[in-house]
Amino acid sequence: MEKILSLQDFVQAAAAQGLSFGAYALKSQAAELEISEDALVGKLSECAEVMREAARAGLRGESTRGGLAGGDARKIFLARAQESYINITGEIISDAIQIALSIGEANASMGKIVAAPTAGASGIIPGVLFALEKPLGLDGVAIGKGLAVAGVIGLVIASRASLSGAVGGCQAECGSAAAMAAGAAADLAGGGPDMVAGASAIALKSMLGLVCDPVAGLVEVPCIKRNAAAAVGALAAAQMALAGIKSFIPADEVFDAMKSVGASLPPSLKETSAGGVAAAPTALAWAKARLRAD
Amino acid sequence: MNLFDIIGPIMIGPSSSHTAGAVRLGLLARQILGEEPVKAAIDLYGSFARTYKGHGTDAALLAGLLGWRPDDGRIPRALDEAGKVGLAYSFNFAQTDEFVHPNTAFFHLAGAGGHFCRVGGVSLGGGRISVNNIDGFPVELSGELDALLTLHEDRAGIVSAVSGILAEMRINIAGMRVFRRQKGGLAAMIIETDQPAEKRVAPIIAAMPGIKFVRLIGSIL
Repeated sequence: MEKILSLQDFVQAAAAQGLSFGAYALKSQAAELEISEDALVGKLSECAEVMREAARAGLRGESTRGGLAGGDARKIFLARAQESYINITGEIISDAIQIALSIGEANASMGKIVAAPTAGASGIIPGVLFALEKPLGLDGVAIGKGLAVAGVIGLVIASRASLSGAVGGCQAECGSAAAMAAGAAADLAGGGPDMVAGASAIALKSMLGLVCDPVAGLVEVPCIKRNAAAAVGALAAAQMALAGIKSFIPADEVFDAMKSVGASLPPSLKETSAGGVAAAPTALAWAKARLRAD
Repeated sequence: MNLFDIIGPIMIGPSSSHTAGAVRLGLLARQILGEEPVKAAIDLYGSFARTYKGHGTDAALLAGLLGWRPDDGRIPRALDEAGKVGLAYSFNFAQTDEFVHPNTAFFHLAGAGGHFCRVGGVSLGGGRISVNNIDGFPVELSGELDALLTLHEDRAGIVSAVSGILAEMRINIAGMRVFRRQKGGLAAMIIETDQPAEKRVAPIIAAMPGIKFVRLIGSIL
């Protein structure tokens, strides 16, 4: 049985040592893995490189394995280059959307990705981190630190609830990824440890009850676009935390609430493709036609 | 669980349980067979049977049998590659989902040197797996550590003799389990070790009285 972790414990330990959450995350995880902090940053940078390549690969617009999605990241990329395009979300959010879609599509077309925390939710954390790279002037070490922050939050969620859509619904995958990304964003923007925990709490609170409803069982619809939406939600949560807005419910309690919401969700809403949009008439008709074609 | 279970694995999409986990099941099955597989009949259950095609689970299982890792860019082409290297394969869809984990695969394998084996396993999520059946023996093998697998006669002294050899070679045992179907028949033993058991260990153990076969199983993480 894995030990139950507490995000509040990490916040207190970082604060007690006068460290940012990111610096403490690197220190504590390097010790846990029995490697140096430099080696840990190096391994995380390898993950970041795979994420970066996936963000590029998705822009090529290849169709996905099931044929339900693909080409949308390229669509937004090309649209943004048009002079007539009205960018209502601004550059940072547009970047996050584009990167999250792109990695989601790379994943669904059997490209190389980093499951973070899962393959189906793999666009959210890089969507947020890479969108902040230019505006915050982040280097490779900072991105590695961001991944360490996200990873620690994920470890806490995994120990208290679940990171699997089949167990907890999509809130456990896209919701957890958003909470992880929001905490990383708050840290990289200079927020203190309490803001990191607050950002992750706010992000996950906004995703509670999210159903896992892949059409015909494929990680394509609604998953890819949901990655983009979750990345934007993570940025909103981090922005609130950085402004000094607190989460009334502490992060650990939100994670626990996520677990109990997951337990209350009927099986039809947990990756069985028997409920949610997977049971919509269009989804059922497509699944039936595909089954015949096979 | 550590940081890289959360940020990772680096893998070919689209699903850590249906793709990365499936590759790892194939990798373990290949090592249990102990030689190049030439024939594979694979039974799929539950979610594996229903959504294997869209997730590339078929390609992923074969990729593992070919010895490729979960991040190998050739995985989407595994069906073609298997044909080219002379691995004949078939997939069978189990009619019943009763009594099995929703992500279950069962391999019936034949190797180039005439070995046969049956390996059943489940994909647990996040790329983690468990092999739970080898030739009818109920076992537990996660592939996280290096391991030594034996099939041997179920009688006193064999377990101690095998662990004695490992001790002599300074290989630390991290965990071990013995599995049997009935007393005094055949037993299977899985010894997980902190250091990989070098190749020369296998023939030494295989030559011991009562040992039917030995396999060295490398960590698949």
